[in-house]
Amino acid sequence: MSGKFLTRWLQQNLGFAAAILLLVVLYLVYNILHPRGFSSAVAIQNSNEAVAIVFVAMAQTLPVLLGGLDLSVGAVMTLTNCIASELLHGSPAQILLGMIVTLLSGTAFGLMNGCIVVYGRIQPIIATLATGAIAIGLALLVRPKPGGDVDEDLSWALTNAVADFAETYGIADDGQAWWLSPFADIPVPVILVVIVAALVWIPFRRSVTGRTVYAIGSAEGSAYMSGLPINRAKIAAFTLGGLLAACGGLYLAIQTSSGNADIQQAGAYTLNSIAAVVLGGTSLLGGSGGAIGSLVGALILRVISFYFRILDIDPLLQPLIEGVVLLTAVSFGAFRTLRVKNKLDLFR
Amino acid sequence: MTDAIIEYRGISKHFSGIRALENVDFACSAGSIHGILGENGAGKSTLIKIMSGVLQPDAGEIRLEGRPVAFASPRAAGDAGIICMFQELSLIPDLTVADNLSISDPPRRLGLIDRRAQKARAEKLLARVRCEDVDPNALVRELSLSRRQMIEIAKALGRDPKVLILDEATSALTARDVQTVYDLLADLKSKGVASLFISHRMHEVDALCDTLSVFRNGRHIETFAKGAKNGREIVKLMIGRDVEAQFPPRPPARPEAREDRPLLQVSGLTWEDRLNGIDLSVRRGEIVGLGGLDGQGQKELLLALFGVLEQVGGEIAIAGQSGGPASPAAAKSGRTRMALVPEDRKTEGLMLGMSIADNLLAACQARISRGPFIDPQRARQAVADGIAKLQIKVGSPQDAVMTLSGGNQQKVVIAKWLMIDPDIILLNDPTRGIDVGTKQEIYRLMRDLADAGKAILFYSSDYAELIGCCDRVAVLYGGRVVSEQSGDGITEESLVAASLNIDPRAA
Repeated sequence: MSGKFLTRWLQQNLGFAAAILLLVVLYLVYNILHPRGFSSAVAIQNSNEAVAIVFVAMAQTLPVLLGGLDLSVGAVMTLTNCIASELLHGSPAQILLGMIVTLLSGTAFGLMNGCIVVYGRIQPIIATLATGAIAIGLALLVRPKPGGDVDEDLSWALTNAVADFAETYGIADDGQAWWLSPFADIPVPVILVVIVAALVWIPFRRSVTGRTVYAIGSAEGSAYMSGLPINRAKIAAFTLGGLLAACGGLYLAIQTSSGNADIQQAGAYTLNSIAAVVLGGTSLLGGSGGAIGSLVGALILRVISFYFRILDIDPLLQPLIEGVVLLTAVSFGAFRTLRVKNKLDLFR
Repeated sequence: MTDAIIEYRGISKHFSGIRALENVDFACSAGSIHGILGENGAGKSTLIKIMSGVLQPDAGEIRLEGRPVAFASPRAAGDAGIICMFQELSLIPDLTVADNLSISDPPRRLGLIDRRAQKARAEKLLARVRCEDVDPNALVRELSLSRRQMIEIAKALGRDPKVLILDEATSALTARDVQTVYDLLADLKSKGVASLFISHRMHEVDALCDTLSVFRNGRHIETFAKGAKNGREIVKLMIGRDVEAQFPPRPPARPEAREDRPLLQVSGLTWEDRLNGIDLSVRRGEIVGLGGLDGQGQKELLLALFGVLEQVGGEIAIAGQSGGPASPAAAKSGRTRMALVPEDRKTEGLMLGMSIADNLLAACQARISRGPFIDPQRARQAVADGIAKLQIKVGSPQDAVMTLSGGNQQKVVIAKWLMIDPDIILLNDPTRGIDVGTKQEIYRLMRDLADAGKAILFYSSDYAELIGCCDRVAVLYGGRVVSEQSGDGITEESLVAASLNIDPRAA
């Protein structure tokens, strides 16, 4: 019975399963090649560098599931990064308020995207191309020059291991408590990602609104005929995308202790988020896939870039090699077409 | 009528000046199965689209259980207990069967969808429509068309309808499934549910409904109890004129002449587990039918002949030359040209958003081109010829093909293929879901084409068509030809027996 269940799951989630396998292999080899492989320090550094793209890729997943693209995710991340760099200091209450304002501003931007798409009846790709430029413009107003003031304790606590977090805030006997020891070496950013995925994505996936998002991407006419809340689901998808992009921006501010309205960075994050979504097994046609896949896809992209450091490859070659790796990985998805014996199935 | 559950009073609906419904009074009683009859374009689909909240009437009033109502969306109508199953299925292909069955109001725990409860609900509903073989965790896209229709019916049942509308809901069902649907509707009737049944299969309407209403040109012509009129009178009401014989006469069987080498010869054809050694031949001037239950390999056979399938085993010989086409492009441009009118005209037959003219020219670009460019003069001429030949009712050839009714869309598909002047014509259920008038035109056209020396292979899920149209019928079962019948030997009894793979002599 469980064997049959596993087979069915594999059939329905082949892209996702392949992505996980690829990530595990890449990361194991990376750690074997790394002089300090399999250490907490390496894991902490790697996870810190991966968080922002992971969140942005998860943000991109929702519009893609609808069958669209959000070209503003990188810009919203940049905007919230700049806002956070202005707000994350002062008393603990002020810092907490600053975080909430940062996340809310990203959420509000996503809500605006959703309303424009639904009520303006504009295709997502062009609507978000425009709003992305607006987000960058706002970011430049907030922070014309790179810099910022982010609480140092916060920055330290959230970018290191669990034990360091406990020590910074003096909880669990400064991180020495016996019950903390099993988790002491886990990087805090990993925990943050898991928490957001568990509290935002999983409930969404199992809500009527979330299912409607899949239904719209799969067959919008059928979704309408079934009486599903189409407008609400579209707006919710973009809003949630805004929230997840803001999580990325917030973390980037904490990690770098600064904000930077960098246009090129915003564009790179947007394009990488699309690559991560596809690598993670989500169909660009919409209707199948998920944010956990995109999380894995984003990690694959990051691990590839880690290789450049330890293998001593000329950084000028990085875009070239990344492009080839991405093309190769995506091509694996095309292998299914070799097994198709009814050519009509290729067009479905 | 006092016990009317739903009532229309003076409902009118116009689309950009064209009348779809004109001042319609109509009522349907609780605990009845009400058949709606009419040609395509008679206003049946507008009637039910208004009832189910897809369209809003321009004038008039709808009453549900005596109270005036107005539905702004399918959701509002569904909440009021009016559930419609549309011809275009409303299932979501990328979601599972269980997800689809509970799509509008899934069981929830703490605000989240309760998968276990949803699966249990799915199993119960699947049992009700006798589809226990369907896995609730399967994706809908993995199922065959007939299974999907049953899922659609289960989905509607699960919403506890007061009024259930079935629009061509049985068009792809097997005989066993149709019986299941009959039983379900009888059960609903005893519980006071009103069912509106729309079908182009007269014998289904006749077997099932207790009340019949005829529509023509957007008007409600007459409502009467079943049995008050005979078939001929009903058809007369529907088309407003006398009908000639439904099928053109079949020419007497010709003795097999020496020069009658089959144009299409198939032997031992295999593919995956769907085709298991098909032997078949079609000569010029012959209409050969493919019979049998749905899903016995008929569609795959046509696709294999047209070069759509990969790794087909066995032998295909066309005009004596061994080897079938490698692709549809090769099939239509070989020395012996082949055409396939596909199963699903909306996805495989037409480019719905493109114009009628572009669709008509889609297969014959090479014939109307000068060098790399399409010759506008010849293109216009070809389009005009195609429209005239099949009497397609169009406003302008530049209109999008999706603005046409189902029957006219199918005519566009057929006209498109006739433009390449094919020698072999493969037809996959070409009359599915189209009106009686157009059906008759297609029957006559098939006979004319055969008389002009074409070889026609014709799959139909309607036994009456096979009996009426074909010179020979090959009945498929489990991917094999189990019986071949010809001329007057083709009868409903013999076809049904062969479909079920029962030896007629034993039965």
